[in-house]
Amino acid sequence: MANVPGDLKYTREHEWAKREGDRVRVGITHFAQEQLGDVVFVELPKVGAKVTAHQAFGVVESVKAVSDLFAPISGEVLEINAELPQKPETVNKDPYGKGWMIVVKPSNAGELDQLLTSQQYEEFVAQGAH
Amino acid sequence: MTRPETRWSTGSLVNTSLKRTPLYDAHVKAGARMVPFGGWEMPVQYAGIVEEHRAVRAAVGCFDVSHMGEFEVEGRDAPAALQRLTTNDVAALEVGQVQYSLLCYPDGGIVDDLTVYRLASDRYMLTVNASNIDKDWRWVTEHGGGAQWRNVSDATGLVAVQGPKAEALVGRLADADVTRIAYYHVTEARVAGTRALISRTGYTGEDGFEIYAPAADTPRLWSALLEAGRGDGAVPIGLGARDTLRLEMRYALYGNDIDATTNPLEAGLGWIVKPAKGDFIGRDAIEKVRGTGPARKLIGLEMADRSIARHGYRVMKDDRETGVVTSGSYGPSVDRSIALAYVASAHAPIGTELGVEIRGQIRPARVVKTPFHPSRVKK
Repeated sequence: MANVPGDLKYTREHEWAKREGDRVRVGITHFAQEQLGDVVFVELPKVGAKVTAHQAFGVVESVKAVSDLFAPISGEVLEINAELPQKPETVNKDPYGKGWMIVVKPSNAGELDQLLTSQQYEEFVAQGAH
Repeated sequence: MTRPETRWSTGSLVNTSLKRTPLYDAHVKAGARMVPFGGWEMPVQYAGIVEEHRAVRAAVGCFDVSHMGEFEVEGRDAPAALQRLTTNDVAALEVGQVQYSLLCYPDGGIVDDLTVYRLASDRYMLTVNASNIDKDWRWVTEHGGGAQWRNVSDATGLVAVQGPKAEALVGRLADADVTRIAYYHVTEARVAGTRALISRTGYTGEDGFEIYAPAADTPRLWSALLEAGRGDGAVPIGLGARDTLRLEMRYALYGNDIDATTNPLEAGLGWIVKPAKGDFIGRDAIEKVRGTGPARKLIGLEMADRSIARHGYRVMKDDRETGVVTSGSYGPSVDRSIALAYVASAHAPIGTELGVEIRGQIRPARVVKTPFHPSRVKK
């Protein structure tokens, strides 16, 4: 199953965070999209909105379930993936690439260090967490 | 990414009291995702709900619906018992014919929806929803007195074969000419060597069959169908796609769209209520509603955006509540977010602009004609 890129950080709620200079890109993991099944709706915050670590910033819906998206870090939303509302299936096809959700300007970049490493996340998933 | 807000929760897989169909092992072997559903451990998906949905519309899919219940009733008193219990007119059933019908409470609320099969001149079979088997069994034996009832649910397997290529697939395995089975008719035959009832019925809006077989033979029937259908693109279909397929056709799902608190007329099921046949349980209450017209109606909604209107969400008209969503999903064949909802009759006409409250926000929706997707059943 292991599709857990080594250069990303992870939450226990199955989001990933990627440092890009002084910005952080956020999405959901391969494991998350697989558990959800076909993603049919994604609701994202507006550019400029504030997000808080461990709090919901949006919603992803599959045919059968509604799930909150949790922010890996606090900060301001700089970009959202404007393609997702029209093409939610992108989240299934390319969760670490074209299926990204938001880009955040962190208010406390130190929060990134508190997230799981790829190895820790892999172990977390292997323990049957969901 | 948590907070599953769903009745398909995977959380209680260890619940050992769940019942299993004869095909449980086949589902697990095929890599299906198993979930609790109405007291049963059932496959919700194999390859994925959208892909399975499309396979049924484009080719053919096989569904394990062995969890559904079957009751047999026979004897001289059977017709009278069925006339009293069900809303449709059993006297209109020829031998070999099938009828969609309802069991109602005296107040007109729905005990269950079901199909009634006339298998011989004085022998009938009723197919009921899995989650209602115990309730229905008590109901029919209590109120269908005089007739001889047998609950054959556990002994009976049921496989639905649905899609434009279903006829060719079942035809290759059956020792009867299935092209001669008309819609809502049934024939006894052997399928893949197994004694079976082949019924031209279904829950998808596609042509196809539901095949009843002894439980012990059902795994053999299942693998024969998938094997023989491989070239046609036959794949197993889970409950997830079964739900999106039936939703696009506006077929009611008991427990979602109809239940003890809904009457047949508001649910749009007046066509299977036949007061002219004589008395039956619920007749007076239903006729009273017919006189005044139902206060609310089950209608089809199309969302303006892709947000999903789910069971229990409020339906609004100009900031005032007018009803409630009973079923909603992305409809893969219509490529839109669609729903069924009860709304005040004044707001039921096609084209009415409504809203659905989703996570505190009202999202625009419109009443549309149903079915959402054209039916291709063989009438």
